[in-house]
Amino acid sequence: MLEVRHLSKSFGDRVAVADVSFVAETGRTLGLLGPNGAGKSTIVNIIAGVLRPDRGEARVHGAAVDSDTSPAKRLVGFVPQDLALYEELSARDNLRLFGSLYGLAGAELDARAASALGVARLSDRARDRVETFSGGMKRRLNIAAALLHEPRVLLLDEPTVGVDPQSRNAIFDTLAELRSGGMTLIYTTHYMEEAERLCDRIVIIDHGRVLADDTLDGLYARLPAHARPVQQVVTVRPTLESVFLELTGHRLRDD
Amino acid sequence: MTHRLAAMRALVAADLQIFFRDRRSVILNLVTPLAIAGLFGMVFGGGGSAPAGRLAIAVVDQDGSAISRAVAAGLAAEKTLAVSSLDEPAARDLVLKGKVRAAVVLPPGFGEAAGRAFLRSTDRPRVAVLYDPSQAATLAMVQGLLTQHVFTAVTGELFSGDGGTRLIDESLASLDTQGTDAAVTADLRELLTRARSLNERNRSQGGAGTASGGGLSVPFEVGDEPVTSGSTPYNAYAHATAGMGVQFILMMGIEAGVGLLLLRRRGLWLRLKAAPLARGTLLTARVVSAALMSLVMLAVLYGGATLLLGVRVDGSLAGFLGIAVAFALTTAAFGLLIAALGGTPEATRGLAIFATLVMVLLGGGWVPSFLFPAWLQQASLALPTSWAIGGFEAMTWRGLGLAEALPTIGALLAFTTVFLVIAVWRFRWDVASR
Repeated sequence: MLEVRHLSKSFGDRVAVADVSFVAETGRTLGLLGPNGAGKSTIVNIIAGVLRPDRGEARVHGAAVDSDTSPAKRLVGFVPQDLALYEELSARDNLRLFGSLYGLAGAELDARAASALGVARLSDRARDRVETFSGGMKRRLNIAAALLHEPRVLLLDEPTVGVDPQSRNAIFDTLAELRSGGMTLIYTTHYMEEAERLCDRIVIIDHGRVLADDTLDGLYARLPAHARPVQQVVTVRPTLESVFLELTGHRLRDD
Repeated sequence: MTHRLAAMRALVAADLQIFFRDRRSVILNLVTPLAIAGLFGMVFGGGGSAPAGRLAIAVVDQDGSAISRAVAAGLAAEKTLAVSSLDEPAARDLVLKGKVRAAVVLPPGFGEAAGRAFLRSTDRPRVAVLYDPSQAATLAMVQGLLTQHVFTAVTGELFSGDGGTRLIDESLASLDTQGTDAAVTADLRELLTRARSLNERNRSQGGAGTASGGGLSVPFEVGDEPVTSGSTPYNAYAHATAGMGVQFILMMGIEAGVGLLLLRRRGLWLRLKAAPLARGTLLTARVVSAALMSLVMLAVLYGGATLLLGVRVDGSLAGFLGIAVAFALTTAAFGLLIAALGGTPEATRGLAIFATLVMVLLGGGWVPSFLFPAWLQQASLALPTSWAIGGFEAMTWRGLGLAEALPTIGALLAFTTVFLVIAVWRFRWDVASR
């Protein structure tokens, strides 16, 4: 479980986060929604221990993320918005390096790296340099690198930016598996359809403040009566993405 | 502690792997300094066996007297000079174009006036030395040689030349009109009379008639001895290797610092900070990897210089290694300082390269520092480059011992400490989120 209590953070005169609190239950996916500059990444960075809050705290399974070497950081996996990989190194060397930072070594490190490569569906490209990968492959490896130490909470900061539908679907499948395995996911995005598809609970943020914190149904219920979804018999039109995937297939395109 | 060390080892290994996988970087950092050191060393005298180049000067003899001809001949006979005989406009033009370093202009009446001035307190003739201001150091050398040959030529003419008796007779005749003390006048008369007698004897013996023979000469010979370690002669490549090594290793330090600035722009920085590692671990890993790269560069550079340029560690090997390690740490700390104080990577790189080139120049990496003004030579001691270059020279061709290396090692470690303290103090850890 992740608890965020009264987080505040400013950069100079700019208030990035103001008194933000929420709770993410174990094995659930919590979506952080907001426009650009709303403060989503700052919140995620604070939870990851990358930034220190001015006030408030984040607790992972009761342990505070309050220092560079806090044990709570071992419970958190972090997928930054920008690709966080050494382009000059191979996929496996990247994973071995990041595993080493969490105290993994030897056969255990090799096994975890191999497993993470499998999750990213990149086992056959393990020895290739990351700079030769497509955008989708890099995004999948970016996620895999956060899983090596088997975190209890996974922070994903807009992890599908710039990927093709096949890779996005593969990422969604992976996240679903992780959640079913008991991992708590914090997912920031400004793609509403992604939030609807993945999240059990959604926190809407703007100007660094929480505007809403509820389930999807709860959020719908907040709408004025005339704007709420109503049950009616309609012909469901397929999405363009479903047409695209039907025509191009779900198979990953890593060539 | 084990986790911290393992993490640091992994970070250092990644840095080294990335560095050595970039072929361009490897060539730039390992081969180029050796090539430039070879070039510089060759220009500044090579391995010590090659004869030094002659200094090109011109002599303009507007007098044509026995004395002026003797002076010109004396200068032409100097091993260190390559003398051209020209008229003044041509000589002035060549000096202006940098084709000759200096031109000596012996004016009309020079021989007569110089001989007269030697015997009496009459006006001395003025010899113009036209020189290239960009080669001002050669002026003193030309003036010294000119003085020597004028002295020899004038005394030679007085004691054995045809014109010498006339000049002596003029001086004897003028003694009574000078109004000096009678006793002094008597002594001078006797001296000049004996000089005239010597002149006549010399001429009657057939060795006279020229200004070059029978004159006074410099009463000593110079036995020059280059002071080195004793086992090998001075090797200009050793100086050039030290200078270029220091320069290129500092350049690598700049790249390490700029690399850290670039890293902060990327998600990688966030991932590294998200790991349960102390800030000190992250920075130390960076320092260690940069220091190791510096040591590899030094090893390759001096290995290559040993094989190809004949550079040897004739002094203390322990001292040499100590200076190498200390300078490697200084370089790593310098890189961290750049990352701490730098703005954008692009602007920081340009500024840091400029600062490094100035430091290497003032440290004597390009030209010997004795050419600098005295105050600048003192001021350059505030630069790590000056210490490092001097230290490497001391342990190579100068052949000095460990005791001489210790002050250099201490100074470099002091620079390292100062750089690190400022870097850690000023390093911006937090990066504003989007």
